[in-house]
Amino acid sequence: MNATQQLVFGAAEWLEFFFHFLSLSLLAVGGGIATIPDMHRFLVDNNAWLTEAQFNASIAIAQAAPGPNVLFIALLGWNVGLNAGGYLSGLWGIFLAMTGMLIPSTLLTYNAAQWGQRNRELRSVRAFKQGMAPIVVGLIMSTSLILATASGRSLDHWPLWLMSAVTALICWRTKLHILWLLTAGALIGWFGWV
Amino acid sequence: MSSLPAPDRPRPQSLTDLFISFTLLTLQGFGGVMAIVQRELVEKKRWLTAEEFIEDWAVAQVMPGPNVINLSLIIGGRYFGLKGAMAALSGMLAAPLLMVLTLALIYAQFASRPEVVGALRGMGAVAAGLIGATALKLIKGLKTNVLGWRWCVAFGLASLVAIAALRLPLVYVIFGLGGLACALAYRELQP
Repeated sequence: MNATQQLVFGAAEWLEFFFHFLSLSLLAVGGGIATIPDMHRFLVDNNAWLTEAQFNASIAIAQAAPGPNVLFIALLGWNVGLNAGGYLSGLWGIFLAMTGMLIPSTLLTYNAAQWGQRNRELRSVRAFKQGMAPIVVGLIMSTSLILATASGRSLDHWPLWLMSAVTALICWRTKLHILWLLTAGALIGWFGWV
Repeated sequence: MSSLPAPDRPRPQSLTDLFISFTLLTLQGFGGVMAIVQRELVEKKRWLTAEEFIEDWAVAQVMPGPNVINLSLIIGGRYFGLKGAMAALSGMLAAPLLMVLTLALIYAQFASRPEVVGALRGMGAVAAGLIGATALKLIKGLKTNVLGWRWCVAFGLASLVAIAALRLPLVYVIFGLGGLACALAYRELQP
């Protein structure tokens, strides 16, 4: 990611940056990925704090790396910081982006979960958990299908789909370690077979 | 039904245990951590049953914030309160943050190599399959559901079609289908 611009960032800009992440936190139902369109509008279109290429690379790297995909937020902050100065302001950008994104949702989720745990015998709490269960399984399967077709829904991609389906069967039916499957996927992709 | 884990059940021994367990599992989570959480915490460590995992995942999904982050807060908080939630959360984030930064720093030099792009695409396909396997494994957690298997299949398929095929916003599914399913479950449960 080449810093193609040099931004002038003062306290006012950093504050605006922080408050934008803060305001998106409670809207991120369904995960950080759900906020991507709005992040793009704010960082790339409106303020030009990031280039299109920097924005896309931040998401791609966070998805390829181990760990929660929400780390793309950290990379967005890092790149804004790099554009605004250097490595030090990059770290500052990570700190503001991650705390802004996580503090509100973390407080709400923690307290809601503790309340649910204390009141787990309530009929309404039990109904919520039992009722949501089949939906949750459907949603997880949806995530799988959406990711499997992320590079396009045309039939040319059938080798990728086959690879996803075979992976699902192997992981479902065997105890093979996930890292073997990922390594195989990386090699098959490296040699251009899918 | 969720209940406090019985004393003889496997559970995290300390905050350090929580932090290290979550660090180890998150570092295996290429392309998303959820498949790994299920495998490590349900199948290997047995801190959770499949039913409990589904229940926690429902809460993690409904609440704002990244799902796996929410899940780590819920699981950590159950054993050690706020401290446990923070231990699990920082385990989930600290090491991957360093790795993501390292990757970003070296990315520019390799981004144009077609082999690297291909390898990422291959790993992406595998990651999608792993999440699919998680869903398949969790189906057995629905056996004891008060809705009965017919309703479970109907609601599961309906949410699958709504999200994966029709690409409806998640809130419609959670509040629409979810609300209906919760109301049915409420009726089935004896007061």
